[in-house]
Amino acid sequence: MRVSLKWLADYVDLRVPPEELARRLTASTVEVEEIVRRGGWEGVEVGLVVDVQPHPNADRLRLATVETGDGRHTVVCGAPNVAPGQKVAFARVGARLTDPHTGGPMTLRAAKIRGVESAGMVCSERELGLSDEHEGILVLPEDAPVGTPLDAYLGDTILDLAAWPNRPDLMSMLGVAWEVAALTGAAVREPDPAYPEEGGPAADLASVEIQDPDLCARYVAGVVEEVQVGPSPAWLQERLLAAGMRPINNVVDITNYVMLEYGQPLHAFDYDKLREHAIIVRRAREGERLTTLDGVDRTLTPEMLVIADPAGPVALAGVMGGAKTEVSPATRRVLLESASFHGPAIRRTSARLGLRSEASARFEKGVSPELPPLAARRAVQLMVELCGGRAAAGLVDVYPRPREVQTVSFTQERLRRVLGIDPPPPVVRDVLERLGFRVQHVQPDRYVVTVPPWRADVAIPEDVAEEFVRVHGYDSLPSTLLSGSLQPHVPEPLRDLRERVRDVMKDAGMQEVITYSLVSLDLLRAVVPSEDLAADPPLRVVNPVSLEHEYLRPTLRPSLLRTLAANLRVSDTALALFETARTYHRRGGGLPDEVETLAGVVAGRRPDRWGGPSDEPVDFFDAKGYVEHLFARLGVQAGYQPAEDHGLLPGRTARITVDGQAVGWLGQVHPEVLERFDVRGEAYLFEVDLRALLPHVGGVPAYRPVSRFPAVERDLAVVVEEAVPAERVRAVILDHRLVRDARIFDVYTGDQVPAGRKSLAFSVTYQSYEKTLSDEEVDRAQAEIVARLAREVGGTLRA
Amino acid sequence: MLDELRTLEERALTDLAAARDESAVEAWRVAYLGRKGRLTLILRSLGNLPAEERRQVGAAGNRLRETLEAALEEKRRALQAARLAAVAQRPLDVTLPGRPVPFGRLHPITQTLRDILGAFSAMGFEIVEGPEVETDYYNFEALRIPRDHPARDLWDTLWVDLGGDGERSILLRTHTSPDQVRIMERLQPPIRVVVPGKTYRHEATDATHEWMFHQVEGLAVDQGITLADLKGTLEEFARRLFGQERQVRLVQSYYPFVEPGVDLAVDCWICRGNPDPECRVCRGSGWLELLGAGMVHPEVLRNVRYDTERYTGFAFGMGVERIALARYGIDDIRHFYADDVRFLSQFR
Repeated sequence: MRVSLKWLADYVDLRVPPEELARRLTASTVEVEEIVRRGGWEGVEVGLVVDVQPHPNADRLRLATVETGDGRHTVVCGAPNVAPGQKVAFARVGARLTDPHTGGPMTLRAAKIRGVESAGMVCSERELGLSDEHEGILVLPEDAPVGTPLDAYLGDTILDLAAWPNRPDLMSMLGVAWEVAALTGAAVREPDPAYPEEGGPAADLASVEIQDPDLCARYVAGVVEEVQVGPSPAWLQERLLAAGMRPINNVVDITNYVMLEYGQPLHAFDYDKLREHAIIVRRAREGERLTTLDGVDRTLTPEMLVIADPAGPVALAGVMGGAKTEVSPATRRVLLESASFHGPAIRRTSARLGLRSEASARFEKGVSPELPPLAARRAVQLMVELCGGRAAAGLVDVYPRPREVQTVSFTQERLRRVLGIDPPPPVVRDVLERLGFRVQHVQPDRYVVTVPPWRADVAIPEDVAEEFVRVHGYDSLPSTLLSGSLQPHVPEPLRDLRERVRDVMKDAGMQEVITYSLVSLDLLRAVVPSEDLAADPPLRVVNPVSLEHEYLRPTLRPSLLRTLAANLRVSDTALALFETARTYHRRGGGLPDEVETLAGVVAGRRPDRWGGPSDEPVDFFDAKGYVEHLFARLGVQAGYQPAEDHGLLPGRTARITVDGQAVGWLGQVHPEVLERFDVRGEAYLFEVDLRALLPHVGGVPAYRPVSRFPAVERDLAVVVEEAVPAERVRAVILDHRLVRDARIFDVYTGDQVPAGRKSLAFSVTYQSYEKTLSDEEVDRAQAEIVARLAREVGGTLRA
Repeated sequence: MLDELRTLEERALTDLAAARDESAVEAWRVAYLGRKGRLTLILRSLGNLPAEERRQVGAAGNRLRETLEAALEEKRRALQAARLAAVAQRPLDVTLPGRPVPFGRLHPITQTLRDILGAFSAMGFEIVEGPEVETDYYNFEALRIPRDHPARDLWDTLWVDLGGDGERSILLRTHTSPDQVRIMERLQPPIRVVVPGKTYRHEATDATHEWMFHQVEGLAVDQGITLADLKGTLEEFARRLFGQERQVRLVQSYYPFVEPGVDLAVDCWICRGNPDPECRVCRGSGWLELLGAGMVHPEVLRNVRYDTERYTGFAFGMGVERIALARYGIDDIRHFYADDVRFLSQFR
């Protein structure tokens, strides 16, 4: 809402400068988004052109004599439109103006122009900084008072107020005036909408029937005859323009003016174009059509409320009038509508038709049914005054289920409970009354508050508490800390695990990334086969911000690979990136499954001793190193089985299992997939379902005493078929009761072993809790292991 | 025999003096004092001598052993001193870099999120999480944001097509506030929780807007909780995060699920009392808008069947990116999810 302070001053004294007023409104009411200033002129006043003569030395210039409050001044004027009888903006020597060439400030100096002394200047809009117009001088309205400083006459400050969805009153001058009154201690002057009722009874001139009272709580109609439709007076046009509305004609302008004044949207019909002068408020019938004021022919549906006459719809209730009954220069009689429509219905209709209007923007916020008669009377009054109209006696007021005047009753205790302060009742009363509430203080500690018609949003004690505290000032609140009992711990084990995982991956040297949860279908297709996408389609957003972000990702892989690709272009050492985020999966019914997932990717060349890139590219075991590190930290025993998964290279892929349950994947990204991301070289990826992992995560480690007896280390080189996993061999070794640990230190294939076989070298640690092992005991144990290896994995000792 | 020992002593000491390094010294030790060393052999042969001579020669032999061992020790010390002196002659270039230790980092949003949560944890708030894909009920209806109410305009929503029929009932949560309702349905007062998580809006991206961002929701419900408690709790939070001398300011705001509703700003910790229009944190306003808050609306409490005569509560919600932008002085929110390592690696 653009609030002209000049206009606002009609209703309330402005006791503080605009900046301070804006600050108070922002703190207590609603944000003032902008302060727009017009004027600030010094040495400029309203003048009357009394004479215009040719310049003796120049064809294009003239000498204008301007009368001001203190005499006559002759100035040289180049404007083609200057003429005697005009009211103009006259600037004296020394006036502060805008330089028409630079747009910067300038001070008007005395000057001789072509030999004639100019005692000042008649200003164009551009010199006053009003617009870029400088072809002609600014001609003021005829009633402009000569001698008045222009700043007082034309200057204004506009506060541009944001809107709250529940405060239609802040879209009205009176509503804002009440706020200003409350914030500055001034009193509000409401218009007195009295007018001579010289016509016949309104009820004889028009009829109103509300067929759908659920969508129209109240309909007030006034009739004004003998109106002269024409332009509005300048002051009214100026005020509409200041508020950002376009003047049309006096009748329409009055409806808009009163809407801006009271916040109650109004509509004027050409009374003589309404069949039988009858208003019927009803739902539209399926397929009914209406051409609205903007010239668009619209097809209506029964969820829309219309104003109809017996022949059909004449207006879209609360949204826009119809073209057929529009007020035109030929209109002689006006039927004025001031009604209360159901906010949600108006909003639905305007959304359905893509048609928002000043009226619908107010109705959707919920306009009080107490407002229509007030606004109707005010509009009729102005039509009598400004359009020469003759008002019918009374108004037609159909109000099927009159609402009781809204009151809120609460105790001092309630205020204290909500706010944490205990304001004295007279202070509470004073604040609320300044806002227009009526307050009855019932001893000992009860308040009964009557809500003014423009504040339909105030309904419960908490609302009143807010009214009080926002005006009284939040600065008056003390800062206190919570003191009640704590709530018991709410375990979130999956969250705890995810945060641990983040720390572990970070500490291992990986960089965390966060990528978008929504991805494009193309990106998904790069890693997920189309059969899979078809069988289990990813969840789609109906109205995505862009096609880049249309699908809820069922996997983190594509986002991570894209991030990798972007960073490889600018990085020469190894990149190790990870993300923990949710993936989204359909399930039977209800909300989708959100699975906390860890994914990591490693690529590039390992760092050398200096931290720069070495000649060695990272490989499968770099990626596995991170995974093993994670599981070691979490106390999880994981297994790795050769497997195949889409997007990963067969032969370089492992399924990660814990206690036989699959929890993730590890593998080389398939080079064909990498190509789609424009990555050359190799990349290795891992993925862990944290929810599946959670039950296997170890708790506090159980202490085992360290053996008092010395450990013995022996090397053991076993030759097995290449296909035998090292872990199987190791498991056999570890199974021996005297073996404490077995660490692989070499894997060899080549001339020294038969073709198709490999040698695995282990450093085996033997140790007993009971005694020092003798060489013979260790020899015997190693022999037992060798025998088992031969039986179970076909292993032989390396010669 | 004693002469032989004397000769041996002379030769041994001469040889030891001639040894130039550790290996020569070790060879000398083996030659004279080893298991088959000369002195050892002499002492071993004593058994053939008569008793009186055996005693004399044995004593002399043992003295000689002690002499040689002492000489050996002294020689070793001398060699080591010489070696260490040589090190000082050719010192290391201590300015060369050390061997790299793995250096990972958390995303700046994760770091900021943790600092925020840490501040509230210390004040007794539990951390819980909720779903990102949410129903219209929890995201809007239960929070007094009915369909066809202009309050909906405050949240531009991304709708999820669950059934393939375009029905708009499932959405990406536009704020973490639905978890207020979920928590209250699950638990009874006293409640003191914070809820971090991703949130989504149908929003055009620019330097200050992202369609995906993180929020932290807060909720405290109990007997006797007031707006003054909200102010104090958030002031304490602001001080923990931005410094002990911070001031907070409440201004009027509107969220359908709180009453009264406020926005909270913290005074700028960069330009303090002298607002600077170029300030990267407050842009000259002197204040940084931190979050929206208010007293939980009684209707929301009734929606979860709490006794509104017994309980009151406050709630707040803050944007994590906004706070991260301010604390690091980042100029563009789009950096966060562009995931350029050159950007991310600055946040250690």
